[in-house]
Amino acid sequence: MAKSSPVSCLLNISGMHCASCAATISKVLRRTPGVSSANVNYATEKAQIKFDSTQITLEKISQIISSLGYSTTPEDKDRQINILFMKFIISAVFASLALWGSLPAISSTAPALLQSLYFQLVLATLVQFWVAWDFYRSTWNSLKHRAANMDTLIVLGTTVAYIYSAAVTFGLVRGEPYFDTGMTIIALIILGKWLEARAKGKTSEAIKKLIQLQPKTARVIRNGQEVDLPISEVQVGDQIRLRPGEKVPVDGKVVSGETSIDESMVTGESIPVYKHTGDLVIGGTINTSGAIILSATKVGSATMLAQIIKLVEQAQASRAPIQKLADVISGYFVPAVLMIAVATFAGWYISTGYLPAMLNAIAVLIIACPCALGLATPTALVVGTGLAAQKGILIKDAENLEIAYKVSHVVFDKTGTLTEGKPVVTDIVPSNQVTNNDLLRLAASLDANSEHPLASAIVAAGAKTALKSLPVTGFKNLAGRGVEGTISKIKYTLGTPSLFPSVPSDVARLEKQGKTVVVLAIGKKILGVIAIADTLRPTATDAISQLTRQKIGTSLITGDNPTTAAAIAKIAGITRFFAQVRPQDKAAAIKQLQSEGQIVAMVGDGINDAPALSAANIGIAMASGTDVAIEAAGITLVNKDLHSIPLALRLSRSTLRTIKTNLFWAFIYNVILIPAAAMGLLSPILAAGAMAFSSVSVVGNSLLLKRTRLS
Amino acid sequence: MDKAIVLVSSLGLIGFIYWFFLGKREKTSEISTDIKITVSGGYSPESITIPVGKPVKITLIRTDPTDCLEEFVIPDLKIKKTLPLNTPVTIAVTVTSPGRYGFHCGMNMYHGQIIAR
Repeated sequence: MAKSSPVSCLLNISGMHCASCAATISKVLRRTPGVSSANVNYATEKAQIKFDSTQITLEKISQIISSLGYSTTPEDKDRQINILFMKFIISAVFASLALWGSLPAISSTAPALLQSLYFQLVLATLVQFWVAWDFYRSTWNSLKHRAANMDTLIVLGTTVAYIYSAAVTFGLVRGEPYFDTGMTIIALIILGKWLEARAKGKTSEAIKKLIQLQPKTARVIRNGQEVDLPISEVQVGDQIRLRPGEKVPVDGKVVSGETSIDESMVTGESIPVYKHTGDLVIGGTINTSGAIILSATKVGSATMLAQIIKLVEQAQASRAPIQKLADVISGYFVPAVLMIAVATFAGWYISTGYLPAMLNAIAVLIIACPCALGLATPTALVVGTGLAAQKGILIKDAENLEIAYKVSHVVFDKTGTLTEGKPVVTDIVPSNQVTNNDLLRLAASLDANSEHPLASAIVAAGAKTALKSLPVTGFKNLAGRGVEGTISKIKYTLGTPSLFPSVPSDVARLEKQGKTVVVLAIGKKILGVIAIADTLRPTATDAISQLTRQKIGTSLITGDNPTTAAAIAKIAGITRFFAQVRPQDKAAAIKQLQSEGQIVAMVGDGINDAPALSAANIGIAMASGTDVAIEAAGITLVNKDLHSIPLALRLSRSTLRTIKTNLFWAFIYNVILIPAAAMGLLSPILAAGAMAFSSVSVVGNSLLLKRTRLS
Repeated sequence: MDKAIVLVSSLGLIGFIYWFFLGKREKTSEISTDIKITVSGGYSPESITIPVGKPVKITLIRTDPTDCLEEFVIPDLKIKKTLPLNTPVTIAVTVTSPGRYGFHCGMNMYHGQIIAR
């Protein structure tokens, strides 16, 4: 039996009208197996629930409450942000009143009440122990763990100022009070926190959008009836009806109808894609025109969208090697600042006196900003990887992002990557004994029994002409070089030019264009030649010229002969090629480039190229179908648009540049300003202003990434 | 005289700060596959021990509203979770190689570690 695992939690419940609503929820929950206690409070709209997590989940409890007609919500982030703003306004107003009453230049114009130290003490007490109460609570919680955070520094700094000022007010110490300073520091810090909370919310917008794409229901056909089912109940094989304008609920295959589907939100592909029977559709995309029925092929966490969300979340949680130093420093930061503050106090006390000693020690405590260091990398990473995901580019983790930043050479696999991967017949050159159609019909009939990819191109071309295939007898496969067979008692040979002692000059001409040529003959008598080529993707040439402009070298790698490889490379604008490379030797070609000092990215389909993708510094896989979790790839492209490659590299560069500037400023800020404060060059108020804006500026700089040129 | 007192007590205070924050002894814990961590001013327990190769359930409950603690990150396992206040969040992990896996809050100020054995 599983060990029981009691958990206690607090839920917000909305929709209750009276105390009996609360009683109903409590009663139902208490009867639920696994729930040991449930107390619902109508006034506070909260439920305190204790349950055994091995028997029931929190999600299930939320569902039960929803089924009763009430809704449960986690804590409200917006409300917290509003409270922060309110606290800022209160502390700012109180601080201004205290400044008016105490600044020598203007205090004479202030009402007598504001000049009263006792009144200022009341204002300061409210700010210190009500507005800044969260800082105290956080400090106390941390100290219990023998840990400290930024709040600890603020609490120490402002409390010292408060106690000193209170002592002055009651005549225990001689000097000037610093109520205005303490309140201004708190107001500025809270302003900084408010701005930071708002900006931080914006950094994760991209992933939130992806999560929102997940459909909630599907119209499933069960027993001939259409029923709207929650998405969690859809099973593989279910038939789903989809009308124009509706969201595709899960990954599936079209079983009837035809339509155009807008996949931009998942793949970044801007033009709607035509789909008919047999085509795959992606959950979360929008059906724009026709009505279709689809059969669910992937549901739940197996869908492409769920995989994308998981990959992006994992990438955003990963550690960037560049952050290592910042990580080490974070562990010692706050204790080190506390020690520097004590040393500052001692130094100034011995050399000057207690007042500058106190003010400068406070300035040291206030100016130190560990937050900026902690936020520098994650915020940029979240914005960068989120932005990439919106364009159909999935970066595996921060480490791969760093490598992508350094890439100097991109190697393209030819078939299926640079080209469409589907060879088509491009030229039919008959001798004067046969017609175009005869030549194609004979070749297609012979190839009907072959499984070679080139054969399927000829068969497909034959099918297009609507000529009936001829019966073939005595079919024989010539071990990858061609086929033989008898049609109407005549024996034909169809195969590579090398099978024949002499071939027409067209063969050489077509081969020079990068095409594969097959020859049809009766014995040695040539009937004609057919050229087949795998056409370049329409985006290939432009994508490569973009890479060249980014000063990144390009190579082509293929199993084709050097003539074909050279021709394709030339059309695509690639300067270097590796021809006649067997799949298992592709990794060696990558190593050769690496030995020349290149940082190599290998672009492939992720299945046949896995060893080459792993051998490269970074593997870029073009996902086929709806599977995007490709182990060997550092970057996975969800769409087939080759522009994604220069874009992925460009985005990686901008993201890493942002991380670097963030880290630089966060370091420099602390390295310069902490000693400056210790030397007495900064007043505590200036320190508070600088501190408040340091983390905001880091988050703001990360948000600037959104302005990266994407097209 | 007062200067000497300030100097001596400052040195003592610096020593105390060092001992208090940086001289913590690492607490070891028993190997477990169902672990609960309370998140309040840090992580209790700070160090957890889990078996290698077995699925482990870690349930976190944040009772401290400090926003720094809102995010929970185990970078080496590529896990990042938002911890809503007072709501348990369960993470399923299976660690494949022994070692120490640090975890921390979103701003990297509170730390803890998973020891996989």
